[in-house]
Amino acid sequence: MSAQEVLDREFLEIRARILKIAASLDRIERSDSPPADPARMALIREGLELLLKDSPGRAKNVQLLFSLPYSPDWPAALGVPVGKKG
Amino acid sequence: MDYFDPHIHMVSRTTDDYATLARMGCVGMSEPAFWAGFDRGSAESFRDYFRQLTEFERSRAAAYGIAHYTWLCINAKEAENVSLSREVIAMIPEFLDRPNVLGIGEIGLNKNTKNESIVFLEHLELAAKFDELILIHTPHLHDKYPGTRMILDMLQGDSRLQPQRVLVDHVEEHTIGEVLDRGFWAGMTLYPVSKCTPARAADMVEQFGTERLCVNSAGDWGPSQPTAVPNFIFEMRRRGHSEATIRRVVYDNPLAFFSQCRRFHFQPRA
Ligand SMILES: [Zn+2]
Repeated sequence: MSAQEVLDREFLEIRARILKIAASLDRIERSDSPPADPARMALIREGLELLLKDSPGRAKNVQLLFSLPYSPDWPAALGVPVGKKG
Repeated sequence: MDYFDPHIHMVSRTTDDYATLARMGCVGMSEPAFWAGFDRGSAESFRDYFRQLTEFERSRAAAYGIAHYTWLCINAKEAENVSLSREVIAMIPEFLDRPNVLGIGEIGLNKNTKNESIVFLEHLELAAKFDELILIHTPHLHDKYPGTRMILDMLQGDSRLQPQRVLVDHVEEHTIGEVLDRGFWAGMTLYPVSKCTPARAADMVEQFGTERLCVNSAGDWGPSQPTAVPNFIFEMRRRGHSEATIRRVVYDNPLAFFSQCRRFHFQPRA
């Protein structure tokens, strides 16, 4: 499919999703205190900014943004014997 | 199109679901042992569950012309209880010669804890000892990325285990590359809320190709869609992919993976 065909297929869906996010953010803003968790609000802002970057792999980058980090030293940190078999 | 659902929990579904799936082209499925929604009180409870998976579900599926296969383990959530897990792992060999058992699964991590890792390694020991295939559950949401990498570290830490005999399920955009690059099979789970949509699964097929890649519904007792694989087939057709490409992902690939099990004898439709 051409880019135009994909856009024709996706345009209304993208519009609907942007509206959904806009309404969700409005809903949070007009709600009572205590205010929403600033760390999670910052994550949402960062996620939205990622979409505007002119680079492929947006889905992967959003996934990584909302992920905990991986540390290769985890076996020692947890005290689990890894890599001693076979 | 005939298809296999390589990950679905039919003990949580109705007989009407079997009828619907059969009408949509499902000819085979594999059902990993998993969490019942509550922690079970004893190993005997698992013995009954394994009988259900190897006896009752198999005959319920057969009534609709669906070949039912299964995987045995104690799931990652209940693995937090190490002593119960050890009792269950010790019991599994009693069931390993049953004709519809494909191997050990779905084992993996849930919250990436020490106890889950210990029980995961003990399941790997069991699989290596009996030369069984392995089906992996990877954690959800923010735990998925570190959890998947921890699982791959443990699998690769045991040189007795061959990556082509392991299927890693619930991969998404940030984990699929690593799983395939290291030679494992990968499964994309189509789920209405927390996992992957048919469109995103089709995107990953377009980016990573069809080799060692499967799709499944992981239909269970929660919000899920047992008919998710036909939805994926429909999405692929809408995008103009060939029937051969689609069939490779939903039929040829699961069959090729399962065929590595010495007990697997599937009779394709004439
Ligand atoms: Zn499952």
